[in-house]
Amino acid sequence: MIEIKNVSLRYGDTQILSDVSLTMPKGGVTALVGPNGAGKSSLLSLIARLQPLQSGAISVDGLPVDTTPGRRLAQTLAILRQDPAVASRLRVRELVGFGRFPHQNRRIDAQDKILIDTALRQFDLESLAERFLDKLSGGQRQRAMVAMAFCQATDYMLLDEPLNNLDMLFARQLMRDLRAAADNDKRTVIVVLHDVNQAAVYADRIVAMKAGRIVADGSPADVLQPKILAEVFGYDMDVIDVDGAPLVLHHR
Amino acid sequence: MPDKRLWILGALAFAAAIAFMTVGLRGNVAFALELRAVRLLTLVQVGVAIAISTVVFQTVTANRVLTPQIMGLDALYLFGQMALVVALGSVGFVALDPRVKFAGEACLMMVMALLLFLPMLRRRFDVGLLLLTGVVLGVLFRSLASLIARLIDPNEFAVVQASSFADFNTVRPDLVVVGLVVTVIAAAITWRKRHLLDVLALGSDSAIGLGVNWTRALTGLLMLVAALVAVSTALVGPVTFFGLLVVALAERIINSRRHHLLLPAAMLTAVIVLLGGQTLLQHVLGGASTLGVVIEFVGGLAFLGMLITTSKR
Repeated sequence: MIEIKNVSLRYGDTQILSDVSLTMPKGGVTALVGPNGAGKSSLLSLIARLQPLQSGAISVDGLPVDTTPGRRLAQTLAILRQDPAVASRLRVRELVGFGRFPHQNRRIDAQDKILIDTALRQFDLESLAERFLDKLSGGQRQRAMVAMAFCQATDYMLLDEPLNNLDMLFARQLMRDLRAAADNDKRTVIVVLHDVNQAAVYADRIVAMKAGRIVADGSPADVLQPKILAEVFGYDMDVIDVDGAPLVLHHR
Repeated sequence: MPDKRLWILGALAFAAAIAFMTVGLRGNVAFALELRAVRLLTLVQVGVAIAISTVVFQTVTANRVLTPQIMGLDALYLFGQMALVVALGSVGFVALDPRVKFAGEACLMMVMALLLFLPMLRRRFDVGLLLLTGVVLGVLFRSLASLIARLIDPNEFAVVQASSFADFNTVRPDLVVVGLVVTVIAAAITWRKRHLLDVLALGSDSAIGLGVNWTRALTGLLMLVAALVAVSTALVGPVTFFGLLVVALAERIINSRRHHLLLPAAMLTAVIVLLGGQTLLQHVLGGASTLGVVIEFVGGLAFLGMLITTSKR
């Protein structure tokens, strides 16, 4: 369970998060949605202790993120950042292998190898495994980063806009993989999404944020309603029903 | 295979060492050999110290056109020398046990490097800002050192000046052993941390996500770099572009940035360039004293070349 209690964050005069409290039980896919600058990414990086907490408390499975040793936390929680800086002259297989770093002391053993191969296969990277990262397209690199996060084999996975740079085929594939990770491997997935329709189909729960506060929280059918969407995103949009799932016509 | 390339580099380094010891040997062979052995030891540890410090520094700052020297770490060391001369006078300065002086200066440098950079690192300042600060501080220390140079007695200045230029010919038997101890320990630590360095190269976010204690790792590595820069600066003086040159060469030769390959390759390349260059200049071209100039010239060209090619990308 991830528990966020009264977390606020400010940079200088800019208030990024205001007194956010949120509890995410183990299991399932939770989508964070909201306009640019709503504080979704900041919240995610606070959970993953990429930034120091300024006020409030966050714990993952009872481990407070600000005091737990980094390695212990890295065995529980994996984070994929938006546009991570990628070191050059690194092969895809090597990058994915780094996902095993928190679990081992020295070398990559046979079991690690199996996990790495599985992750490569799952994200269709086998043919690219020996290629250098800086010679790949943005989408291919993104897939390699996601594969690394998968390879970390943690109970909790945080992904910040993982669909960036992905074409429709791989965006759908990734959402299905996240769904499968939650359903089959009992992992807890928290994902920042810009496409509310992906959230509608693949998430169990949607948390909508605006200006550093949580505006709505609930199942896709509860949150994806015209009134709430207009409040969050600032314009009116229609919502229709397709096979029981809401479809937001946000582009019209 | 990169491993084969490492073996070739090793063989070349060995050949360079043999050539350095034997080419043009005449007169009192035993005396000449002893002198050359001390110089060999000096050059090898300087090469190793500069190679490791540059690799580590480039990895933690995620920038491949930087060396600790460009950031002014050696300027800090020289400034320390100047300050000592002023405080003790040239007589007191010369009378100091060089080993004690070295130990004091190395410690001072580690503390200064931490005081200057750690607050910024702890708050996870942008790397660009960090580098800019370092460059500005480097200029500050160089200017302060030259200000002191103008103020002090010409005799005292002469004492300081001797240590302000790169000179691969000076032999400091008094410092060789101390330097060797520091270099070997630092090399061993770096080798143990090679996997950690690989992870750090992914950037701070990814490294923290993979469980690295970023602040602690950076603190330790920064102190290591400061100690190594102190070794190389104490032994031969400030060299700005040498580390850049050998690390860039090594990276091209082994075509990898993984530290279990890059670290040995960079060390061997440094040794080859120093020993081979010194032998070549001394016995073939007849100008032994100019190795520092040649290396800085070629290294400076490599620096410009790397700036141009990276900005094109």
